Amino acid sequence: MKLLKVVPDDTNIDFLKWRTWAFGISLLLMVASVGLVAAKGLNFGVDFIGGQMIRATFTQSASAPVTELRETVGKLGYGDPTIQRFGAENQVSIRMKLPEGADKNPELANAMATKITDTLKAGHPDVRIDGVDSVSGKVSEELFSKGILALLAAMAGVSIYIWFRFEWQFGVGAIWSLVHDVTLTFGLFALTGWEFDLNIIAALLTIIGYSLNDTVVVYDRIRENLMKFRKMEMASLLNLSVNETLSRTVMTSVSISLPLIVLVLFGPDVIFGFSAAMAFGIVVGTYSSIYQAAPILIWLKVGSHSFVPTEEAGSKAERISEGFES
Amino acid sequence: MLDFPRWRVWMLNTLIILGVLFAIPSVLPTHIRAQLAQFVPTPTINLGLDLAGGSHILLEADTSQLAETRLEALEDSVRTAMRRADPRIAISDVSRANGQLSFTVDSPAQVDAAREALLPLTSNATGSRDWNIGVNDGNRMILTPAGTGDETALDQAMDTAKDVIDRRINALGTLEPTIIRQGENRIVVQVPGLDDPEALKALIGKTAKLEFKLVDEQADPDQTAQGKARVGSQVLPYPDNPSGLPYIAVRRLGGISGDKLVKADPTFDSQTNEPAVTIQFDSEGGQKFARMTQQNVNKLFAIVLDGQVISAPQIREPIFGGVSQISGSFTTESANALSISLRSGALPVDLKIVEERSVGPDLGADSIRRGVLAAVIGTTAILVLMFLVYGRFGMYANVALVINVAMILGVMAFANATLTLPGIAGFVLTIGAAVDANVLINERIREELKRGRRVVQAIEFGYKEASRAIFDANSTNVIAAVLLFIFGSGPIRGFAVVLMIGIVTSVFTAVTITRMWVSRWVKRTRPHELTI
Repeated sequence: MKLLKVVPDDTNIDFLKWRTWAFGISLLLMVASVGLVAAKGLNFGVDFIGGQMIRATFTQSASAPVTELRETVGKLGYGDPTIQRFGAENQVSIRMKLPEGADKNPELANAMATKITDTLKAGHPDVRIDGVDSVSGKVSEELFSKGILALLAAMAGVSIYIWFRFEWQFGVGAIWSLVHDVTLTFGLFALTGWEFDLNIIAALLTIIGYSLNDTVVVYDRIRENLMKFRKMEMASLLNLSVNETLSRTVMTSVSISLPLIVLVLFGPDVIFGFSAAMAFGIVVGTYSSIYQAAPILIWLKVGSHSFVPTEEAGSKAERISEGFES
Repeated sequence: MLDFPRWRVWMLNTLIILGVLFAIPSVLPTHIRAQLAQFVPTPTINLGLDLAGGSHILLEADTSQLAETRLEALEDSVRTAMRRADPRIAISDVSRANGQLSFTVDSPAQVDAAREALLPLTSNATGSRDWNIGVNDGNRMILTPAGTGDETALDQAMDTAKDVIDRRINALGTLEPTIIRQGENRIVVQVPGLDDPEALKALIGKTAKLEFKLVDEQADPDQTAQGKARVGSQVLPYPDNPSGLPYIAVRRLGGISGDKLVKADPTFDSQTNEPAVTIQFDSEGGQKFARMTQQNVNKLFAIVLDGQVISAPQIREPIFGGVSQISGSFTTESANALSISLRSGALPVDLKIVEERSVGPDLGADSIRRGVLAAVIGTTAILVLMFLVYGRFGMYANVALVINVAMILGVMAFANATLTLPGIAGFVLTIGAAVDANVLINERIREELKRGRRVVQAIEFGYKEASRAIFDANSTNVIAAVLLFIFGSGPIRGFAVVLMIGIVTSVFTAVTITRMWVSRWVKRTRPHELTI
């Protein structure tokens, strides 16, 4: 049987030729992302800023009457609602700040939800209330800080591991490319205004996991080649390593992108932002392993001397993986 | 490396079969599962509320209020102890402020006697001390909370609160709630399938502390209207007061609490035919109630629920037997809800809802249907691609991948874990890792073949060399998962759990299991050529 080849044999693409350009562009995009987040802010869901979100579907209508809803809900005296379509045209989410004093007396939040849903039902007999979320300010602050803490802890933890298993430069490279991926994803959310909630933190974690996986594979090959070709110039050695792992990189990225693309196109509307973030992250994560994590090693002066002195890292790696394999 | 002793083959196969068996109930349609459950245990994965629909309510106890309640109880017992002391110890100027209770012993000579009388009140059953006794200015006694008294009290109160909530929700009927304590002062209530939690909230949010207090009939209505009461009295809200004034003054002492009930049922008032609640005290409470009514015939007593007066009838005659009726402006529903709350006991602390989420069943069902569809299409695409690219070895990887999915489900079912939306993200990541492991191995075998190694050697090298990267990649994921579990909140933990389970099963199926199959194939056919 003739098998399919995703990447031709023995590629010799000079990936690292564009490393300065790629780094510059990445830096620019990262700055732009930070700027966007600072200027436009993220569209935080009630998970992170507290408040109330009512999701509703207008089952008999082609599209939800957003303008009219904004007016009728605004008139109820609870302040201006944030109304967004999510998923299908006839589905909306209505977000409100919790009424004054709701921290002390949850009845107030309750009354607001009831009043809004009653108003919706009165004006639109076809409305179906899909869910009501009420999160108090205190809980949302906790969710936010715990989410960020988890994110940072995960990033720091894995970088330390890489540092121990390889060399410190590799740890720096790993954390840099993770920061790169996470920053750009934040930028994407600021740009599109997609809602940023707890599920997106989970998506970010998946991106980190995947990007790191990719980085580790490239790093592993770099380590192997560093020990094999002591005399080779660093840029060529990185190119060789990237080329050798190229068909694996493409094959894995394509495989993982497949279900994600299907999820973005046909998956539940509720998780659109979530799937889109992950699909975006796969692309960025693959790119960053080649163009961020690898070239950083040149700048941090990794060379043929890196694994020489004790061969500790290499032989330790060998030992551990052998034990693990048998 | 390609050697597999027979016992190992057996062990691996047993593990696969167990994993798959445990997964089966979770993927069966509900009615078949129900039939099956009659013969064998069927552990299943719980679907999170974000997928299955339902209500999630997070309640937080008011800790300051708990301390206040403890202080109130202490004041009561102190007053009683001083009154019962022989000779009686006169005290005055009792005040509760800043979490401490202080009072003046009128005769300085009695301070030692007072301290003696206080001792049994200030230590608890285990002998450790709950309150410290201090004396200021010779005769002013100050009781301050000691050590872990407050924490222990909170802990006990939360346990009781959990039981009370459990009883109340069970009274609603067929719901299958999950009620767990979270942290020091929180309780999570999750009820699958309930998308309109109004009735539930009305039930669990009420403290249901019932008290009977004597009305202060000498109170000046003008003072009461301003919220001022005479010494020994207090003003309570009374929304349905027939006099029109929404307040009433009641005596602080001499009342009884309604926490000793054996029965509470909704009923109708025989005279007005309006909804009401009948209650029945236990024998001790009944005696107290009889004594109180006997001593106060023709006086008014207030029925106080959660600090609010619901009615203030006149005691026409002593009530023996401990049965009483509470009427106020009830509806049939509220009378029913109140009887459930009273029956299940009062909450030892006020709980307020700090987070509430409800997901309608349609949205959840839609999410599952489309999520499953997407997962099936996506996975099929991976399987086809793997087969096209790696042929026989792709097939091994594919079967291993399917077993991997089954095993994740199986382990989750066995551990009775909950699958949520973030959990699905974890699923995607581990499936990616499993595919990647096989891609790494197969690419490496290809490479080694290209370098001119013989088939068996190439396969051995492929597994060996790829294992290092697979090990490092999965170790980092384990580290991330553990940190997420430690630092994350609910949904992120759901992600972490799936990730941890998935990493183990992924490595097991994608590396160990495929190697077993490959080695069997190599031994049987002794291939000289390999298309990969």
